[in-house]
Amino acid sequence: MIVFDGVEKRFGDRTVLSDLNFSVQPGEHVTLIGPSGSGKTTILRLLMCLESIDAGTISVGGSYLSHMEKGGKLVPADERHSRQVRKRIGMVFQQFNLFPNMTVRGNLTEAPTRVLGLSRDEATARAKELLDLVGLADKLDEHPSRLSGGQQQRVAIARALAMRPSVLLLDEVTSALDPELVAGVLALLRDIGRSTDITILCVTHEMGFARDFSDRVMMFDGGRVIEQAPPAELFTEPREPRTREFLSALLSRG
Amino acid sequence: MTPLWDWGYAFSILPRLLEALLVTIQITVLGSLVALVLGLVIAVVRRARIPVVDQLVWAFVEFVRSTPLLVQVFFLYYVLPHVGIVLSAFAVGVIGLGVHYATYTSEVYRAGIDAVPVGQWEAAAALSLPRSRVWTGVILPQAVPRVLPALGNYVISMFKEVPLLLAVSVVEVVNTAKEISSETFRPTEPYTIAGLLFLLLSYPASILVRRLERRSVAV
Repeated sequence: MIVFDGVEKRFGDRTVLSDLNFSVQPGEHVTLIGPSGSGKTTILRLLMCLESIDAGTISVGGSYLSHMEKGGKLVPADERHSRQVRKRIGMVFQQFNLFPNMTVRGNLTEAPTRVLGLSRDEATARAKELLDLVGLADKLDEHPSRLSGGQQQRVAIARALAMRPSVLLLDEVTSALDPELVAGVLALLRDIGRSTDITILCVTHEMGFARDFSDRVMMFDGGRVIEQAPPAELFTEPREPRTREFLSALLSRG
Repeated sequence: MTPLWDWGYAFSILPRLLEALLVTIQITVLGSLVALVLGLVIAVVRRARIPVVDQLVWAFVEFVRSTPLLVQVFFLYYVLPHVGIVLSAFAVGVIGLGVHYATYTSEVYRAGIDAVPVGQWEAAAALSLPRSRVWTGVILPQAVPRVLPALGNYVISMFKEVPLLLAVSVVEVVNTAKEISSETFRPTEPYTIAGLLFLLLSYPASILVRRLERRSVAV
């Protein structure tokens, strides 16, 4: 579903990702872990075309995201091509990023009507379904500023799902939440993971969640994947000393 | 000896001054429209960072801001006719003031746009919203309300700058006061009334802007 082939990303003269190769199968749930600055979030941002790559290729669902074919050659993608491929990808952000100038309804129907071409009624019907799913059926006409952080993040999840993505990117979606709100959001994500076949790529510090949510965990350090395995294996018997260090640091932090 | 202030005379010239005030208000309203729309266009074009276009707009803005409005007005009125563009004094007033202030309002808009969190752009991009909709649906509805007070202040400044147009014989308030006083050799009443008319409109307007400011702080 997602293929990174020899991807390199530099910010100025700092190399964030170097010769990165990995792929994610359709429907697979993959969690990226690693110290901050190891490039996890950059991977999600590359998939969202919020950053451009310096070498290599990224493809999603069989088409190149970073490049396009033109006259039998690969050339860097233009905005239209990227947008086309990116339509299949949804993203949920650490800071929710709901549009404060719109109601919940507006947030959930904006892209489906403008991008997918749904009618107002169709989009609203879908918005209601999704609000039901995330447990906020009564908040359709509320403004985001009147919702708690946890509720805002649920709306943000619903907003991403409203686009019927085949890939969902979760960027530390509980890091900005008050501790008592974290469990609810994670439970919702587990639910979505179970009930849909969406491919999910997730960056998180919630190791408990990573353990029971993901099919595979990838440990990043210095812009490379240094170890990857099913969570049961990686969390109990990590092979790399760097992984062991990272996990024990997280555990001692509580 | 004639008294310093003659009420009868004052009332007799009031209709003419009010008529001129109407012209001043018309120029202010139309000029503001130019300044508010063109300023927004400049801000958005500059933010889009289109090569060449961006530099051209930048040069134009810097040029307009670094030269006096009076020179620009003279240029529009006296030089353009030589290249076949003849504008009425009224049109010169609207365009001159509007374009001059557009370079200032563009900075105000820019500040408002910069104040929209980067996450809003990213969320809009993540939803694949088309560029035009990102602006009209997400960015500007957040950027513009918070700069309304600053824009309002520029509109008030424009109102008070209209008398400058007497240089190209626009029949606005101060020009009319000047004419009256040279006809009657009595400057006290016309200039005093002219000043009061400005005060009468600017002051309530500035109170309105201050109220807007307070509201936008509360939001």
